[in-house]
Amino acid sequence: MSEVEYNPTELLICTAARMMPDKTTAFIGTGIPLLAAALAQRMHAPNLVPIFEFGGTGAILERIPIAVGEENTFHRAVAASGICDIVETAQRGFIEFGFLGGAQIDRYGNLNSTVIGDYARPKVRLPGSGGANDVGSHCWRTIIIMRHDRKRFVEKVDFITTPGYLDGPGGRERAGLPPNTGPYRVVTNLAVLGFHSESKEMMLLATQPGVTVEQVIAETGFRLLLAEKIEENPPPTKEELRILREEVDKERFYI
Amino acid sequence: MKILDSGSGKLIQPPDIDAFREWNRQKSKELIDKRMSEAEAVSRFVHDGDYIGTELYGTVRCPMSLVREIIRQGKKDLRLAGQGVMELDMLLAAHTVKEIDITYVGLEVYGVSNGLRREVESGRVETVVDWSNASIAWRFKAAAMGVPFIPVRSNLGTDTFKHSAAKVVECPFTGKPICLLPALILDVGLIHVHRADKYGNAQIEGISGFAAEMARASKRLIISAEEIIDEEEIRRHPNRTIIPYYLVDAVVHAPFGSHPGEMCYLYRRDEEKIREWVEAAKTEETAQAYFKKYIFDVPDHQAYLDLIGKEHLENLRYRAEVN
Repeated sequence: MSEVEYNPTELLICTAARMMPDKTTAFIGTGIPLLAAALAQRMHAPNLVPIFEFGGTGAILERIPIAVGEENTFHRAVAASGICDIVETAQRGFIEFGFLGGAQIDRYGNLNSTVIGDYARPKVRLPGSGGANDVGSHCWRTIIIMRHDRKRFVEKVDFITTPGYLDGPGGRERAGLPPNTGPYRVVTNLAVLGFHSESKEMMLLATQPGVTVEQVIAETGFRLLLAEKIEENPPPTKEELRILREEVDKERFYI
Repeated sequence: MKILDSGSGKLIQPPDIDAFREWNRQKSKELIDKRMSEAEAVSRFVHDGDYIGTELYGTVRCPMSLVREIIRQGKKDLRLAGQGVMELDMLLAAHTVKEIDITYVGLEVYGVSNGLRREVESGRVETVVDWSNASIAWRFKAAAMGVPFIPVRSNLGTDTFKHSAAKVVECPFTGKPICLLPALILDVGLIHVHRADKYGNAQIEGISGFAAEMARASKRLIISAEEIIDEEEIRRHPNRTIIPYYLVDAVVHAPFGSHPGEMCYLYRRDEEKIREWVEAAKTEETAQAYFKKYIFDVPDHQAYLDLIGKEHLENLRYRAEVN
């Protein structure tokens, strides 16, 4: 058990980093997924191949990019191309993992980053899909990182920007999306969640340290499935935090 | 081909491929010295109501000096390919935009674009049509290919599709649903590059974003370049030419033309100045004050650089060699 203090952002980064396997490709946006990739590269996944939307393939994440097209996204990369090449590579099935966030998520992992309220006259106009819809459509497995509360985990998102399992089993295939793709995990400050293999509904797999199952359910605005055995996610280790604080995000841009 | 579904979004710039061919035929293929100032380039080639696009985006290799000139000249009713950061935030906050094909307009680590929020939530931007990032680049690719649409697997099953101007058809080869994106032909494209000769042959270092596609999808193209090089240097390494001269209408020499954004291998982004815009963008009044300070009270790009300060700019340069 770690006795070192950590904040919610550090918790999210460490949890997400552990999920990144070695020797594969991951489509990375900015923010927490980026730090998670950098941490993973320094820990158990030195051969993780980060893929950045605007053209960087296989960068070595010595300095943390804060923009998806900046120089650090192709620093010591194996290739620097453009957005068509990168997303076509995803469309051809080369990209195993993709990272996503959103303002709202529903039980099937559908995400909203477009509008809160009515599309025609929105209460809040959000930035838009960006690369999210492409990542959610083409990557084999997506990992969603979000804060966990009832405003975000909703029965029905105001707008489906990015496809999760759409309306349930077979939804993606019916729409024409590539078979066997879809959300894999949701990482939050309260929990780690997956999706039921048949019903495709979000399922609680593990709670974050100090969090109860009841708290997770209370902060979820839809009926949450519960795994038969709900694990307790181990807290960030001293070593993970050291690497995060001393190497990955020295300037504390995020943590 | 059976149409299964259609997005309800307006097709802001319908693809007239044959008209595009005729246009391309009449564009000069002569090697002409196209060097001019931002003022002349924008005055001659950007008009009210034009459909414009910028590349790459606000904090990265972005035609900021051209964008400031568009605001300075009071262009309005623009239709916009909406993939960007602070350059689009500025165009929106300056009330220049009427319609937008949007994929992302936001300030990245600094959050949402208040320009976008104010203009869309008030209805001053009359038309918003949503797309994914790759979809906009692929729409340019279709135009670059000289065909009216391109089939892709993004957008399917979502509200993004429903509010786009795309269609879903039954693929005649596989029988499965597939999304068709209409080609996007720009009236004016604006691209900032590392190097160009006086005719417009241009080279870009690092990632190319969607420069190749968008350049070929533009009826008129304004290039700003950090450095103007000799024609011979282009001819010595012709594989480095990402934009050939015959696509280009104007070449603007703009050192630090991407400021406050970065230019890979040359200078880093200016966080202090980016934050100044982020703050100013929060309200209508402070945004206008920013425009007065950096655009309306400043006659041209050189005066803007003088205002920022030579030493300040030099501190942004990369000193150690990178390659």
